[in-house]
Amino acid sequence: MSPLMLLVAKRLAAGFLTLIAVSLLIFLSVEALPGDPATAILGQQATPENVRALRQELKLDLPPHIRYLSWLNDLMHADLGKSLSNKRPVAEMIGWRFSNTVFLAGTTALVAVPLAIVLGMLAALYRNSWLDRLISISSLCAISFPEFFLGYILIALFSMKFNLFASMASIDPQMPLLEKIYNIILPCATLLMLVLAHMMRMTRASIIGVLSSPYIEMARLKGIRERRIIVHHAVPNSLSPIINVVVMDLAWLIVGVVVVEVVFVYPGLGQLLVDSVAKRDLPVVQACVLIFAGTYILLNLMADILAIATNPKLRGMR
Amino acid sequence: MRFFEFINKTPLTVKVGLIIVVLNVVAALFAPAIAPYEQDEVVGDVWLSPGSGHLLGTDQLGRDVFSRMLYGARNTIALAISITLLAFLIGVVCGLLAATIGGILDMLLSRIVDVVISFPPLILTLMVLSILGSSTFVLLVVIAVIDSTKVYRLSRALAMDLKVMEFVEVARLRGESTWWIISREIFPNAMPTLLAEFGLRFCFIFLFISALSFLGLGIQPPAADWGSMVRDNAGAISFGIFIPLWPAGAIAMLSVGVNLLVDWFLQRSAQIRSS
Repeated sequence: MSPLMLLVAKRLAAGFLTLIAVSLLIFLSVEALPGDPATAILGQQATPENVRALRQELKLDLPPHIRYLSWLNDLMHADLGKSLSNKRPVAEMIGWRFSNTVFLAGTTALVAVPLAIVLGMLAALYRNSWLDRLISISSLCAISFPEFFLGYILIALFSMKFNLFASMASIDPQMPLLEKIYNIILPCATLLMLVLAHMMRMTRASIIGVLSSPYIEMARLKGIRERRIIVHHAVPNSLSPIINVVVMDLAWLIVGVVVVEVVFVYPGLGQLLVDSVAKRDLPVVQACVLIFAGTYILLNLMADILAIATNPKLRGMR
Repeated sequence: MRFFEFINKTPLTVKVGLIIVVLNVVAALFAPAIAPYEQDEVVGDVWLSPGSGHLLGTDQLGRDVFSRMLYGARNTIALAISITLLAFLIGVVCGLLAATIGGILDMLLSRIVDVVISFPPLILTLMVLSILGSSTFVLLVVIAVIDSTKVYRLSRALAMDLKVMEFVEVARLRGESTWWIISREIFPNAMPTLLAEFGLRFCFIFLFISALSFLGLGIQPPAADWGSMVRDNAGAISFGIFIPLWPAGAIAMLSVGVNLLVDWFLQRSAQIRSS
């Protein structure tokens, strides 16, 4: 096996172990409750019948390791259990909400990634210009503004003042695609502002980092134009860190979506998670957490592997 | 006087940051003295417009928004500072110990941290809150523990670099104890970086509790808090009343202020080190 493959295989194994550890943590968190979990979850409604029913529902009478294995087994068969509050199968509740969340995050990513890379390249080309300064101000805002502040500013401006978009981003499965996109413009814009600044800044930083290397100086001495140097020499060599940052930002996006969904009352997975936490509906919470954490871990894993695969220094290794 | 001369020489961004932070600290410390009303006192009609005897109007239950903003500063900032302090206490102690002692302790702590850090913090916190329920104590412990993992990584990395320095080696040869080495050699040298991290962590935690409160899972009513004020008054926006923007803007302001100060501090300590 080539060293490169070995590196990737190692990273994959580590990622797989993390997923197992995370699923254990999610499962065992219920055990952390002081006293009887069923009584604790039910709180004031803990009549003996209710407690017995919940114990049966959560299979609390079996020993923990057997419960974990049967939970994993159910998981493999896409059986996520039943909701405690409305008794519906969790998989059914999650299905289309998850696709909505992916739709929102995916649309944002489709706009954000090309825009960030082009703007980052321009900022590297015209250093210390107004564009450059704009990027550093907007990234300061992006890290310090709470998601809901941006969201409500957009609502106040575009839905109240100019009456262009609805303040609630409601979508349903029958809607044509264009109408769906129109309805999610405001939440998309909020996420875009949050994620764009970081991507641009990192793109700019990695291109500028490459620009200080000797072969760029060589190209300059040969008299190649600045634009050509950036596009043909700097960008291909800074691709590896850029890809890494972009995929990591996508991982962040999938989580950042939670608050934005609540602001715009968007029927996504984040909204469901928050509601279920308030209702302490454990099976739904566990399923949502597993999906969010799993996606996050897989994207981060992908970022690592892509960084390894696109690193020119490692590519030569055989 | 020296202090004012010093401030005068700093760039504009630092002055802005300093003013924001001082305003917030004053609001937090003297809220009961400045606020015209109690935080849970109903004083008038629902959603009165600003002016009309109430500086920023009234909220969804007819409470004075200005008073609640002041008490909100107090509650939110106090909780955020306590969480940050606890996170640093856990993270720095474990990180420095792991780096200096090494061996199994380092292995064990680092693997646990790896697992916790692979979770997105918001999702992990939501999961724990669904099990334990939300109370100030649970928030304090849970967020502090989750955040201490980041502090752990930083202080461990810092100590790893420092422990191979000559002066640590000399201290070891002199026969100093591990505790002495950590507290007299490693910790003081890691201090500037840790201090900057403290500012950044504070911002992160402050935004984090505000987000949780906004989701209805943070600081519980009737205590005033900026995040939950946004949530409770969100409905007002559809009537063209922009009350939620006040607390949301206050959160953004404080966070910008702290970030400006931290940026300047980092630049300054980098200059000092290179000169």
